[in-house]
Amino acid sequence: MASSYQYQGVGRDRQKDLLAQWYGRLENAPRTGTPVAYLFISGNIGELLRSFGFELLFPEVNALQCGVKKVAGDFILKAEDLGYSSDVCGYVKNDIGLATSGNRGPFGALPKPDLLVCTYSGCNTYIKWFEALAELYGARVFMLDVPYRRTGGEQRQEDVEYVVKQLEQLAQVCAEMTGRPYDPDRLSRSLEYSRQAEELWVKILHSAKHRPSPFDAFFEAVFFMAPIYVLRGLPECVDYYRAAWEEIEERRVHHLGPVSEERFRVVLEGPPPWPHFRNFWELFKRWGVCCVASTYSKVGGIWDFGLRHDPARPLESLAEYAINCYTNWNWELRRQMLERYVADYQADALVIHSVKSCRSFSMGQADVREYFTKERSLPTLFVESDLADPRYFGEAQIRNRIDAFFEALEHRRLTAPRAGA
Amino acid sequence: MKNSWEEARSWDELVERCTPLATDVTLPSVAAWKAANPQRKVVGCFPVYTPQELIAAAGALPVSLFGGRGQVEIDHADSRIQSFVCSIARSTLELGLAGQWKHVDGMVVPSICDVARNLLGVWQRNFPDRFTFYLHLPQNVSAVGVAYYRGELERLRQRLAELTGALASDKQLHDAIRLFNRNRALLGELYQRRALRPEQWPTAELYVFAGAGNVLPREDHNRLLEKALALGETRPRPKRDSVRVVVRGAFCEQPPLELLRVLEEAGCAVVDDDLQIGARFFLEPVAEDGDPLTALAEAYLQRTVLTPVNTPGQRSRNDGLLATVEATAAHGVIFASPKFCEPALYDSVLLKQALEKRGTPFTEFEYEEKMTVFESIRMQTETFVESILFFSEK
Repeated sequence: MASSYQYQGVGRDRQKDLLAQWYGRLENAPRTGTPVAYLFISGNIGELLRSFGFELLFPEVNALQCGVKKVAGDFILKAEDLGYSSDVCGYVKNDIGLATSGNRGPFGALPKPDLLVCTYSGCNTYIKWFEALAELYGARVFMLDVPYRRTGGEQRQEDVEYVVKQLEQLAQVCAEMTGRPYDPDRLSRSLEYSRQAEELWVKILHSAKHRPSPFDAFFEAVFFMAPIYVLRGLPECVDYYRAAWEEIEERRVHHLGPVSEERFRVVLEGPPPWPHFRNFWELFKRWGVCCVASTYSKVGGIWDFGLRHDPARPLESLAEYAINCYTNWNWELRRQMLERYVADYQADALVIHSVKSCRSFSMGQADVREYFTKERSLPTLFVESDLADPRYFGEAQIRNRIDAFFEALEHRRLTAPRAGA
Repeated sequence: MKNSWEEARSWDELVERCTPLATDVTLPSVAAWKAANPQRKVVGCFPVYTPQELIAAAGALPVSLFGGRGQVEIDHADSRIQSFVCSIARSTLELGLAGQWKHVDGMVVPSICDVARNLLGVWQRNFPDRFTFYLHLPQNVSAVGVAYYRGELERLRQRLAELTGALASDKQLHDAIRLFNRNRALLGELYQRRALRPEQWPTAELYVFAGAGNVLPREDHNRLLEKALALGETRPRPKRDSVRVVVRGAFCEQPPLELLRVLEEAGCAVVDDDLQIGARFFLEPVAEDGDPLTALAEAYLQRTVLTPVNTPGQRSRNDGLLATVEATAAHGVIFASPKFCEPALYDSVLLKQALEKRGTPFTEFEYEEKMTVFESIRMQTETFVESILFFSEK
């Protein structure tokens, strides 16, 4: 971006700084005596854990960092040497490989867990993952059982109450481990920061409704969303989204965007292929494709339909949040969300990136393609690779599919007015 | 055809007559049950475990569905489920789309894995008018989990009433619990006899007796099992020089029957397995008095076998397997799991490590529904058996 703009690049630069500081705190945790809790992004109730003084570590984030930095392949092979199948989740294997190789990645050294909080929110693999880590580290596991959101109707109150009761159990465990009592005021203050960050993040997500969109809600969102997932509840997270929002606003005013000329607006379903992230993005960029909405950016929380953490209802709103993460929604809700995105963001097409590693995400995506192409007449592109394992990315094949798809879309666009005339 | 197993006079005849009950995925006996009184409802249950007592108490027939067992070509389902998903999910949808299960009025899918959970969503879109129920099996084993699961069972009871037209009473639930306790006791007896004298109770044959229970009303299945227990001792079989093995991994999608025969032909005497485990899920009888739903909830969360899909709580899955190996005096363990079954594949890594520490030999292979050639598994198993017979201290 040109240097004459005041805010361009801050979203990316400050994200890197914040994550580096956070990883620095993690590296120092054993020295500073800070207790460390491992947990997952989906349904992460980090504010509660931080209120007891825990520093948080997210193995999924480590896995994607290893993927982007192109070191995941070796860790995955290490785990396969230990007996893990080639057919199970690459994130898990990356983490096992990392943990059994000295626990040092591109982000520095990682501390051992004092507590493993399995926020089972839409992913059964989470349970298996932490069972393996519990065995490896001999650490205590707390199983937070988050029921699946299975109806399109109202949020079921019994599910919320069930999660709240478990959060009370977790608070008791944290109090026992840290010697600190549960402090609802401290938690509420943190949730107020969460709420503010969520407001700003939603504004950024909604900015993609503009034409041209100032923001790519998939390829850029995956960077912009990191602070709200790993540092939510902290004041620096709110500061980050204020700065990021300024960047997006400046782009909108000056008609800057992720692609020089926006030719196609698409909704993207599925996670990115981290080890080939740049290449994958380029394959779309060359067609002037902007992702105006994505589901991957909702794995750690769906806030764009109004849900917020609420300082006045701390545990209830944490429970509602955990239940309403993307892969914890059933297919009816997921399809409705995609339909809404297509309409609200005026998308030309749906792109599905189906990954083998995450069946929670991908099982059923082919049926979604069937639905959108046959019942909604929406052009839908379906490509397959993996989110962590570099071996599953067939660039030539994926390029062919993408090129053929957008060529056809362009052809349709050129011929459609004449056909209608 | 109707209840032809009742006329069987020998063990072999009983095996022959039960085999189609256990393996015909078009469920002809269920169609016959339904045809006899079309008002009655059939509720299909996806593996691994569904509290079928509730379905029976509501006057419906619970049917355990185990996918296509290699008998269906995946045609319609291919466009809806990707190729890296296990066979049972794909063939279950295929059987529905191909119209083979028109006599199945509803479907209960428990929260066993990501694939099962999402399969229900696909099923619901393709069959919007059919009864479906997603059953959340809690992962929190404390009293909080019991209370939540009791509520979940109450919701299932209410929903079933919408399907059948009548709410199952506590008395009907108690009767169903008694009936199912009897069923589990009979299955337990069959398994126990096999563990003591595996040559007398071949696994592939036991499998069809147990499997008949997937489609028969439990009253009928109990009589069948009583008959099998009586006939089993009437046919003396020679003692074989086999190694005693525990089989793990086949708790959901089932291996081809031929594969079980191959294991035995290769020199294994199966002394414990997790085949069709849902019917034998409880370690103790469910309480037959008090609140029936609380009894089922407590039984599920506190007194079940441990499979890769239910949470161990304070118990240890590794210790569970080691205890079984000990109790059955097994020489080794065979991990046989379906291709792409993540829960089984994750657990086997930890279980193998525990076995290694104990010095118990194991081998591992994967199967698929459509598998028809078993030579490499036969060879692998023979090598495994020989390694135990010739090199192990056992």
